[in-house]
Amino acid sequence: MGKRWANRIAIGTLWFCGLTTVAILGAVIVYVFVRGIGQITPEFIFTKPHGVNAEGGIGPTIIATLYVTGLSMLIVTPIAVLAAVYLAEYAVQGRLVNAIRFAADTLASVPSIVMGLFGFAFFVESMGLGFSVLSGALALAFLMLPIVMRATEEAIRSVPRYIRWGSYGLGASQWQTVSRIVLPAASPRILTGLILAMGRAVGETAVVIFTMGQAIYLPLLPTDPGRSMTVHLYMLAMEGINMEAAYGTALLLMAMVLSFNLSARWLSNKNRRLQG
Amino acid sequence: MTADIAPAASAADAPKFTVRDLEFYYGDFHALTGINIDVRDNAVTAFIGPSGCGKSTFLRCLNRMNDLIPGTRVEGTITLDGADIYGPGVDPVDLRRRVGMIFQQPNPFPMSIYDNVAFGPRLHGVKKKDELDEIVEQALVRANLWKEVKDILGRGGLTLSGGQQQRLCIARVLAVQPDVLLMDEPCSAIDPTSVQKVEDLMAELKSSVTIIIVTHNMQQAARVSGETAFFLQEKQGEAAELIEFGRTAEIFTSPRDRRTEDYITGRFG
Repeated sequence: MGKRWANRIAIGTLWFCGLTTVAILGAVIVYVFVRGIGQITPEFIFTKPHGVNAEGGIGPTIIATLYVTGLSMLIVTPIAVLAAVYLAEYAVQGRLVNAIRFAADTLASVPSIVMGLFGFAFFVESMGLGFSVLSGALALAFLMLPIVMRATEEAIRSVPRYIRWGSYGLGASQWQTVSRIVLPAASPRILTGLILAMGRAVGETAVVIFTMGQAIYLPLLPTDPGRSMTVHLYMLAMEGINMEAAYGTALLLMAMVLSFNLSARWLSNKNRRLQG
Repeated sequence: MTADIAPAASAADAPKFTVRDLEFYYGDFHALTGINIDVRDNAVTAFIGPSGCGKSTFLRCLNRMNDLIPGTRVEGTITLDGADIYGPGVDPVDLRRRVGMIFQQPNPFPMSIYDNVAFGPRLHGVKKKDELDEIVEQALVRANLWKEVKDILGRGGLTLSGGQQQRLCIARVLAVQPDVLLMDEPCSAIDPTSVQKVEDLMAELKSSVTIIIVTHNMQQAARVSGETAFFLQEKQGEAAELIEFGRTAEIFTSPRDRRTEDYITGRFG
């Protein structure tokens, strides 16, 4: 028993702990897959649920989920990106900027159920938007804003100083440098951040249950209510209505989130190869 | 300690840059003091000295690149063709177009070779395709890169080798037709063959552009420059000074200051 053994034990422990992460992910995926795969048919994906036991498909919930997520990203992206440009490029670094960052970080850690309650009080009730895709998208946007903003700020900061200097050295103004050099150079990372945020938004439950409602209609206008996949899953499982459909929904939801994460990863790898 | 000011050139031709009593501060840190120098037009001037002696800082005063670093302050005067570059009404953005800069690390933009070179002209309002084509070709020819890239103009600038990237950056600056080219250790991150090419290029360009090069490599200073300025920070935390300035041949063969001699004979730095 010496240094060599201590080293082996250390490596083994580290390896085991690292593997645990993978094993947990694997267990969740396998479990949901096995329970849910039997449900996945074209009918399940494209048709409406019907009957007291919500038989049939979950089509409207998929549409509602994509609708509310897409709309919230449309709202959040310009605001978050411009705020990040201001923070990273223009603001004089100091107390105010630190306060904004701290606020963003705190906003990001507000429990989503609290954000849902706020969204209900503010958008649904006070602003009179009712249970609607729009209310849901606005509340989700509040939740996503700090995440997208900080990711964008990091992306902008990671553009090498030398590249900016090259632009300034040619007589470019600050806005020319930001709009023609910095943002294009940062855009793959910004896009990665956006996709990861979309993955989170798709999986969000507490916010949308309070703001978009539970109606199982196919939402057309932003003012229509809708039921997201997460809410549908919650209702089916909690009330024990139809566990098979719940697992089917869970599997589709996982597949969507995974595909967001994988495409973000693919994008950042591709980007690294281009720059390396 | 006053620096020796050599007559920059025959009295007839006016200096490009005239610097008088320059003081430079990074916040509370006094980085440069008492700099007086006349830089000749259409010639190569080398700034040498050990690391941290302020030569790059001084270089960046000449195109107001230091303005981009928060908390910096300049005192004294710098004139370019007789006009104060820190005077009221001078836009640093216009100044930097006239006084181009090449950095230690080749820094092509993440876009095509063509777009890299066309970037400056486009900024300044050139839009016509044939006009841009002409400017891009000329700049690449002047930077001795045209033959190597004329068939791959659409390829990304970052796919070139380090030395080619540096010449691309030089072409990019030449495309906006600067009067002055500031080169901050342009050869320290590229391979020896490319160094040769960049040095040849400087020799060709100096008839039309005033070049100031910061270099750690004394052989390079001796090879490329007509005049050399030696900077030194005598003690850690003190402001750096210009110790000696004169014809390169004299600086390297018979320096007047003992500290210059110590540096060029390799006793420190």
